[in-house]
Amino acid sequence: MADFDSELDASGLNCPLPILRAKKALAALESGQVLHIIATDPGAIKDFEAFSKQTGNELMESREDGGKFYFLIKKG
Amino acid sequence: MSDKKLAIIATKGTLDWAYPPLILGSTAAALGYEVEIFFTFYGLQILKKDLDLKITSLGNPAMPMPAPVPVLLQALPGMEAAMTSMMKAKMQKKGVASIEELRELCIEAEVKMIACQMTVDLFDFKHSELLDTVEYGGAATFFEFAGESDINLYM
Repeated sequence: MADFDSELDASGLNCPLPILRAKKALAALESGQVLHIIATDPGAIKDFEAFSKQTGNELMESREDGGKFYFLIKKG
Repeated sequence: MSDKKLAIIATKGTLDWAYPPLILGSTAAALGYEVEIFFTFYGLQILKKDLDLKITSLGNPAMPMPAPVPVLLQALPGMEAAMTSMMKAKMQKKGVASIEELRELCIEAEVKMIACQMTVDLFDFKHSELLDTVEYGGAATFFEFAGESDINLYM
């Protein structure tokens, strides 16, 4: 797994909270820095793809492991 | 990205229907939209400082219930309060944000909230009962923003 600069645990949170928390966490980062997000909401997979496309923050990785979802987003 | 605009009219004030305008408003703001929500009629309940939103299966046969309850029993005193607290407990268990939290996130994200002055008068609401961040206006105020919006939703 790639390195990251900050981590957000959105486990147990449902739509739209993972996206809203991620937006807030990204705001605290510099351009080019990477946020690692952990979520349990299955809707988060498509939502982070859509978030990434619309906000210009690159979704570097999206994977599932043991019922949890992990995302790496690089701030644009 | 930042020039996109979303306008919403929120007309309903039950616990369930308070969600769509606040979820879409806060999410659109996170995606870079400029958002304005116009609250009218029962939607004004969502702007009350002291939120007291309720839900009932009465007149709402699509609401999933743990066990079937005959309609006449649904009308008994205390049923509405019981269903409301059951729904809130279920939402909390499933990690669904509370209305208070979503509303706060909307305010933080600078979602503009307009209360319909006509319905505020109609229901004898005082400005002091509604959030201090609320602005007041009428149909023309809504169209000023809606006319240049990319998306307009009525709920």
